[in-house]
Amino acid sequence: MILTLFQKEFTLELRQKSVASGLVIYLFSTAFICYLTFRLRENLVTPLVWAALFWITILFTVINSIAKSFIGERRGREIYYYSIANPADIILSKIAYNFVLATVLSFSGLLLFYVFLGMPIEDVSIFSLSILLTSLGFAASLTLLSSISSKANNSSILMAVLSFPVVISILLLAIKVSKNCIDGLGWDASWDELLTLAAINCLVSAMSYLLFPYIWRS
Amino acid sequence: MFGARKFWWKLTAVLLLAYTVIGGLLFQVPRLSIVNETIRALYFHVPMWFGMVFLFSVSLVYSIRYLRNPLKGNDTIAVEFANTGLAYGLLGIFTGMIWANYTWGTPWHGDPKQNGAAIATLVYLAYFVLRGSLSNEEQKARISAVYNIFAFAAMIPLIFIIPRMTSSMHPGSGGNPGFNMYDLDSKMRMVFYPAVIGWILLGVWIATLRIRIRNVEEKILDLEDNV
Repeated sequence: MILTLFQKEFTLELRQKSVASGLVIYLFSTAFICYLTFRLRENLVTPLVWAALFWITILFTVINSIAKSFIGERRGREIYYYSIANPADIILSKIAYNFVLATVLSFSGLLLFYVFLGMPIEDVSIFSLSILLTSLGFAASLTLLSSISSKANNSSILMAVLSFPVVISILLLAIKVSKNCIDGLGWDASWDELLTLAAINCLVSAMSYLLFPYIWRS
Repeated sequence: MFGARKFWWKLTAVLLLAYTVIGGLLFQVPRLSIVNETIRALYFHVPMWFGMVFLFSVSLVYSIRYLRNPLKGNDTIAVEFANTGLAYGLLGIFTGMIWANYTWGTPWHGDPKQNGAAIATLVYLAYFVLRGSLSNEEQKARISAVYNIFAFAAMIPLIFIIPRMTSSMHPGSGGNPGFNMYDLDSKMRMVFYPAVIGWILLGVWIATLRIRIRNVEEKILDLEDNV
């Protein structure tokens, strides 16, 4: 059942190409604005500025992409899912799908930043692992928050208000790891942060899995 | 309602807090460099965080109870304990800012603990925004209960884990004198522990008063509807 729902998300995404391409253009324009701002002053893009710009871009793109996972759904379709699937399958398939989406967006963001603003990261393997863990954390927490805010009437504002305090702990750890990667400090320095990130991911995923049925019922 | 059975813990709260104010301001405290007399903030600032975590935990328990058994009373208790906990959190931030003004030089120093505390209060402000934007009463209670549980889980790394991983100027970390077994003078414990209990009891008292006000208001509304 999870697999079917997972495939359905992909099929829907491929059918509505406008949404996916919209997200890519959103990502591109943000990276391009960063490039235009710093174009002739390359000495201003210190590694820390690079990390801050990168994570801000990724955060906003991912929030926008995951927000639509429940907010965009039509009312009739929701009732149809309700009758054929159980809530645990739905949330797991949505988290898995959003995880793939967030990972793809983050790595294309990395590529865009590489092209426009250079690449101060010394340790690409650790940085990629931190991107993977962060994407999982974003997917697990933002999917649940998207389903919460889809129930309210001013859902797009609410999504930003609710998600900021929840994802900030993930983001803080990610920024710290990328700082270590920029300095080329290796595994010893980032190990603690990566473990904490993984632990937060487990916590957030478990909470989403347990709590989603209560939202789904209404 | 006003029998001795329910009255004793309120009396305890009053007595403990009177003792805290008198003892906290007059008793001898150890002279530590930089901190000096501001160490007395321990009796007023630190109990705010103990109280906040306690009140938010009660709110969490009643949110879980609401999801298991959707009674309106459970929701009311969860909301009012979250409200009082938020007030304690804000008081904790303000008392910390007064203290920081004298020891660190500026009220807001961008310390990891200050930032964590600010974000934790944002979580609960978002909880009230969420409640405000849902109109259906039953949906409001259930969805905000879900967010309350989720927010509490997200708050744990902010308050308890991340500040311990970074260096901080806050007492008790980074080699600064503070709350641990060797620094806390045994005389200070005699005021500190009663202060923590007193402030927690006061928080519970405020929350129960607010719950009763809310219940009375709802009864009045019901009566008006029937007329």
